[in-house]
Amino acid sequence: MNHTLNKQKHYVTIIGLFFLLFVVTLLITPMIGPTDINLGKALSNDIPFKENVDANIMFLARVPRIFLAALTGAALSVAGAVFQSLLRNDLAAPFTLGVSSGAALGAVIAISLGLSYTIFGISTVPIAAFLGALGAITLVFSLARTRTGEFPTTVLLLAGVTANFFFAAMVMFIHYLSDFTQSFRIVRWLMGGLDITDYKTLLSICPMIVIGFVTLMFISRDLNLMSTGIQSAMSRGVDTVKTQKIGFLMASLLTGTVVAVSGPIGFVGLIVPHIIRLIVGPDLRLLLPASIFFGASFLILCDTVARTIIAPTEIPVGIITAMLGGPFFVWLLKRPKT
Amino acid sequence: MSQPIIKAENISFSYNLTPVLHSISINISKGEFIGIIGPNGSGKSTLLKLLGGVLTADSGNFSFNGTDYREHKRKQLARSITWVAQDHPMVFPFKVSEVVLMGRHPYLSPFTFEGEEDIEIVKNAMERTQTLQFAQRGFNEISGGEKQRVMIAGAIAQEPDVMILDEPTSALDIKYQIQILNILKQLNEDEGMTVILAMHDLHLASKFCDRLILLDHGQVFQDGSPEEVLRKEHIEKVYGIEVQIIRDQGGKIIISPVTLCTQ
Repeated sequence: MNHTLNKQKHYVTIIGLFFLLFVVTLLITPMIGPTDINLGKALSNDIPFKENVDANIMFLARVPRIFLAALTGAALSVAGAVFQSLLRNDLAAPFTLGVSSGAALGAVIAISLGLSYTIFGISTVPIAAFLGALGAITLVFSLARTRTGEFPTTVLLLAGVTANFFFAAMVMFIHYLSDFTQSFRIVRWLMGGLDITDYKTLLSICPMIVIGFVTLMFISRDLNLMSTGIQSAMSRGVDTVKTQKIGFLMASLLTGTVVAVSGPIGFVGLIVPHIIRLIVGPDLRLLLPASIFFGASFLILCDTVARTIIAPTEIPVGIITAMLGGPFFVWLLKRPKT
Repeated sequence: MSQPIIKAENISFSYNLTPVLHSISINISKGEFIGIIGPNGSGKSTLLKLLGGVLTADSGNFSFNGTDYREHKRKQLARSITWVAQDHPMVFPFKVSEVVLMGRHPYLSPFTFEGEEDIEIVKNAMERTQTLQFAQRGFNEISGGEKQRVMIAGAIAQEPDVMILDEPTSALDIKYQIQILNILKQLNEDEGMTVILAMHDLHLASKFCDRLILLDHGQVFQDGSPEEVLRKEHIEKVYGIEVQIIRDQGGKIIISPVTLCTQ
């Protein structure tokens, strides 16, 4: 009995397995692509890097893209799991709530106003996206909350749809006013893609993502209790107002940061927490770290499909996740509730 | 009588400008078993939430062990007072054991798991509430009576001095009602835990409670022993129906309506 009640014993094993999956994905996917690369040649020191085509494809094109997929997938999955707990609704996710489009609006405003410079090593675009995400979740939260503090599915989804439409309209407006090159960049970015990246961008978003992960893990047990009801959580000793604020702030930070770089990639934050919940259960102390590794692997694999399925043409990964996510969402809505 | 553990003076509360409670004053001593009774909408749930610290009064003084509720930290208060909701919607598929383990929250630091001692306490709480046999089942798969017992197990695991329950027996059949009241009575008698609960069944209230508080339109109408509170004139006034008082075999009060046929 003690054995089954004690979770700590399984913790390392479970998280270890998800970490292993992540490592395997990281090792295999750089080898997959429209051009075959010779691993021996790519890692060889005999040829100067500039002349080594295999190494160039591997380390300048594929690897940064894979790392960006990993960060994006992990961040969106964790944000999704946190939104679901705080709103006590398992259909909540950055994309369905309109948080991604809020972040997109923030980023588009920053780009089109030419505000993309750096302050203290942090680019303004992710900050604008974070503010957009925070604005969106605040809007949806206040629209969807009933008098008793619940978030009914229908109201929540309607609020999400409304927010999505509103932000999309604002983005289109800015898009309409921008010139041809800018316009193309915005469209391409809105489809959700991971191809335009370098190590500098990756490094610049790492601190915010790490801060988000660590803080959310820190309040994971409070978030568990929040998902059972605000007043019950209070009675068990949770500072519910503080937890709500930190949770929304950090989930918005994660969403805003990755959307600023990768565009609004949909449904990852919905699909991943659900799959993980089926495997490890709903306890966020396990679910969050597992979602980090699984979400990272999931988006890397989706992106591998995106860049190989109609090679040599690469399609934006957002198209793949939406094609998987649409039917998944319908299944969630229609599944029998116990 | 000893120093009151909970002291409420002139408490008032409104939901969005609709007044629910007006100038309520109650003293609660350690070890009491108190039933809150009154018609639907008389303010029972609100009063219990205020006592449990999950709502804050608009005006008046509310103190626990001589200190204002608001001066206690959440976790600190949760080690002394627990409040159990009337129903328990659960969105995520937590197991029964996980729900009970949540009762240990006020004793744990951030990002830690429950230790051996916590697990021992949780096991005891589950044994007392006869919930250990379905510890590994999903909380959403068990019956209403079982859910109520699981939530009480979680409250016991919290090791409080005061347990506050919002109509823990209302949705249950007579067997489960008695089962739950027996668990609470045992906690009260064995450990001196103070129990405050809202009830609708006046006969069970007279049978189990030492003290009853009868609420009417957000005010304390009567406060005293079941014999003092459950008088014909009080019930008729507050509930607006004609009743007669009958006694059961133990001499406890049964309230029975006089007219059974509807006009």
